[in-house]
Amino acid sequence: MSKTRVATTWLDGCSGCHMSFLDIDERIVELASMIELVYSPIVDTKEFPENVDVTLVEGAISSDADIEEIINIRKNTKVLISFGDCAVSANVPAMRNRFERREVIDRAYIENANNNNHAPYQNIPGLMKSARPVHEFVQVDLFLQGCPPPSEAIYGVLSQLLAGEYPDLKGKTRFGA
Amino acid sequence: MRPPAFLQSALERDVRPVKVVTFKIDDKDVTAREDETILTVARQNGIFIPTLCHLEGLSERGACRLCLVEIKNVPRLAPACVTLPRQDMEVITTSERVQDYRKKILELILTERNHVCSVCVSNGHCDLQQLTVDLGLTHVHYDYLYPHHTIDATHERFSIDHNRCVLCLRCVRVCDEIEGAHTWDIMSRGILSKVITDLNQPWGTSETCTGCGKCVHVCPTAALTEKGKSVAEMTKRRQFLPYLQMMRKEERQ
Ligand code: SF4
Ligand code: SF4
Ligand code: SF4
Ligand code: FES
Repeated sequence: MSKTRVATTWLDGCSGCHMSFLDIDERIVELASMIELVYSPIVDTKEFPENVDVTLVEGAISSDADIEEIINIRKNTKVLISFGDCAVSANVPAMRNRFERREVIDRAYIENANNNNHAPYQNIPGLMKSARPVHEFVQVDLFLQGCPPPSEAIYGVLSQLLAGEYPDLKGKTRFGA
Repeated sequence: MRPPAFLQSALERDVRPVKVVTFKIDDKDVTAREDETILTVARQNGIFIPTLCHLEGLSERGACRLCLVEIKNVPRLAPACVTLPRQDMEVITTSERVQDYRKKILELILTERNHVCSVCVSNGHCDLQQLTVDLGLTHVHYDYLYPHHTIDATHERFSIDHNRCVLCLRCVRVCDEIEGAHTWDIMSRGILSKVITDLNQPWGTSETCTGCGKCVHVCPTAALTEKGKSVAEMTKRRQFLPYLQMMRKEERQ
């Protein structure tokens, strides 16, 4: 039996959702025997591959590069999961949305920097006016809420998908869980 | 002159006896006094209808519309907390249409202000957040508006964060009806509506506020909070409401 091709990525997030994924502890060994991790911050593939069965997307859409990436992911993924509150609702990254881009960048790179205080404007993706949820850009098949989603919920979703069932998340997670 | 209380209730009973109606909620036969709302009767019979602005012990406002139910042969949905039953009415609380509307209302509330549960002082203790669980809301279909709202922390012990306000007006009602101070009120219309203290002045400068904290504890969200609480630390205590009511009823008798 061919293994299920799984990918994960982080956009405008903090990597906390990925940490929660790793928190499923020894069950990750069992999962590893059933899936092939074809793309992820923790593997060394540079290009998003074709024909991915399941992709977990952490983080909001915040830059031009995020938009390109999510469109490419959608094109090559069967089941796309909004992984965590930042992907589902833009959550914490969206707290900058009421400020001007300029103010946000100055705050991060100049006001709060200890040395080398200047804002990078070249060779980095353009920051969007506001951080937005993933499903405003591409169709999302499953919403895994939580900041981060509890490991149990993540394991539940993946194991149910692998068993060919439609995941039932009722009572397993919520906004801010 | 009003007749004394014992006579008055006897008179009322004689002149205008309270009628009892029988009707159906979700195919279940139920009985109610004609002055009881559909919501009250549903709760008496263990039938779940979600609510947000309703709070036992305060007057009804019908502000949030989460308690919408369907009534057979009536085209418009009706808010259960302010609708009285009629004889032989057939109320439906779980139709797809009702559930769809409730979810949409919840989505509108969430997108209209700024809610970030993960960093919110009420995380895990919030009526609004709990409603997303109860109604199975996993994401919203509307664009978040990300409006610009302020926080007023001028009061010595409390603060109001308009980013989290759902305009349920529980604060207005408890301050007026239970505390008797009427510090809170509402100004403007539609999406610009906002709760205000006294004449739209900083809460800390209010001359009517007694500092009782009732508004803070009836507020369903993190809009009204005690100062000094960190993420997920703000739990609300509402036991005072039924207690005060019971005591006051006894005194009156
Ligand atoms: S008030 Fe409730 S719904 Fe709003 S951010 Fe806080 S916990 Fe979430
Ligand atoms: S603290 Fe008491 S008096 Fe002051 S606004 Fe709230 S309910 Fe009214
Ligand atoms: S401050 Fe709280 S109680 Fe008052 S209207 Fe807003 S959400 Fe309701
Ligand atoms: S609970 Fe009925 S309208 Fe709010």
